[in-house]
Amino acid sequence: MIEAELTRCVASWCPGATGVTVPAKLSGGASQETWTFDIVHPDGNIGAILRRAPKGYGAAPSRAAGLDNEAILMRLAFEAGVPSPRVLHVLGPEDDLSTGFIMQRVEGETIPRKILRDEQFAEARPLLARQLGTIAAGIHGLPRDKLPVLREMNSTKEIAEIEREYRSFGWPRPVFELALRWLRDHDPGPSEQVTLVHGDFRHGNLIIGPDGVRAVLDWELAHTSDPMEDLGWVCVNSWRFGEIDKPVGGFGSREDLFAGYEAAGRKVDPARVMFWEVMGTLRWGVMCCGMMQRFRLGPDHSMERALIGRRASETEIDLLRLLAPRA
Amino acid sequence: MQDEPTPSELTKVVADFLRHDIAPLISGHNAFKLRVAINALDLVTRQLTLEQGGDVAESARLAALVATQGSLLDLNRSLADRIASGDVDLQTPGLSEHLWQTTMDKLAVDQPNYAAYKRELGNKSD
Repeated sequence: MIEAELTRCVASWCPGATGVTVPAKLSGGASQETWTFDIVHPDGNIGAILRRAPKGYGAAPSRAAGLDNEAILMRLAFEAGVPSPRVLHVLGPEDDLSTGFIMQRVEGETIPRKILRDEQFAEARPLLARQLGTIAAGIHGLPRDKLPVLREMNSTKEIAEIEREYRSFGWPRPVFELALRWLRDHDPGPSEQVTLVHGDFRHGNLIIGPDGVRAVLDWELAHTSDPMEDLGWVCVNSWRFGEIDKPVGGFGSREDLFAGYEAAGRKVDPARVMFWEVMGTLRWGVMCCGMMQRFRLGPDHSMERALIGRRASETEIDLLRLLAPRA
Repeated sequence: MQDEPTPSELTKVVADFLRHDIAPLISGHNAFKLRVAINALDLVTRQLTLEQGGDVAESARLAALVATQGSLLDLNRSLADRIASGDVDLQTPGLSEHLWQTTMDKLAVDQPNYAAYKRELGNKSD
């Protein structure tokens, strides 16, 4: 039972801890699981989250940074003042819990529609676009010599990779072909700055409270590349959750995002950001098609995964709005 | 020849049963999964209702664009190849309108509540 292993594990690094509450699985996919539990302690329980690869799981998929690298990045972010959960312990073989890490639980909301609608976030909402800019700058400023070894990417490689994945499905999509041509014609080439890129920096991967952003989550797609990639991805229409006139996560304008970024001392290249927004829109569409393939092949034959295949069309309308707007 | 009710009548009646009679009784994560299931059935109902008309119009537009005959899949492969090679692009008369109409027809089946789709319904050029 995972409870027994967690109890032993926690005892080894949390002085005074007397045990753990029964862990509840929050989510589980093919490549990682998330569990929530409390560390029982006489000074007060500590909320915790376990993130780990399932037992017996093999190598991480090629785009993933790996759980050990995620832990390193979260620690670096935390130490640099980027809102991040505190990593409490990185799992080792002696823990017998597979690979992964335990982090302190951050209270707050992650569900985008609630964050965009609920009264408790009304004061924070207008401030979030700018705050996300400042946070992104913090991420891009993390010292390269302290980073773990990550995939090195650039715009040209990304175009090639996404094209390869799209063609592997053998399913013709004229709108995706149009986007690929546009990306090739507008490839800005290697960027002056190459930094850590979060890789999935968007509404949906944030813990938000009435006071603003409390944590950035999900570093599994982190890599090095043109930092403008993160500023483009955060504006992809799917991550505006219905507030389509507010590009940054449905919260605010690109101007606010850029102002927050530049206030932190970094420079924005708006043309590159637009390239990466188009790229990100296509990428999400290709990911939807890929999930459909994985639904067929398994091991996850769930309804939810199957239905994601039918979200590719949302990216096609978003690409047309970007590349061939009407009226 | 198969009998009635039609497949779309069946998917609709099952979705309505789940929506009205079962959903109020379910909570937690299962309530979320039930909504996904109902959405899937609603999608199938919409596709069964709209697909044939959409495909006929799409085939006609494609045949005009690529000047060949064939199945819808073949015609789409042909158009995809021509866009990839640069033979056809946004300057080609009819391409933009075709891509827009095809995509709008897809959203009408997949996600008629998608905000950008609803916005574009109001923006129809003519």
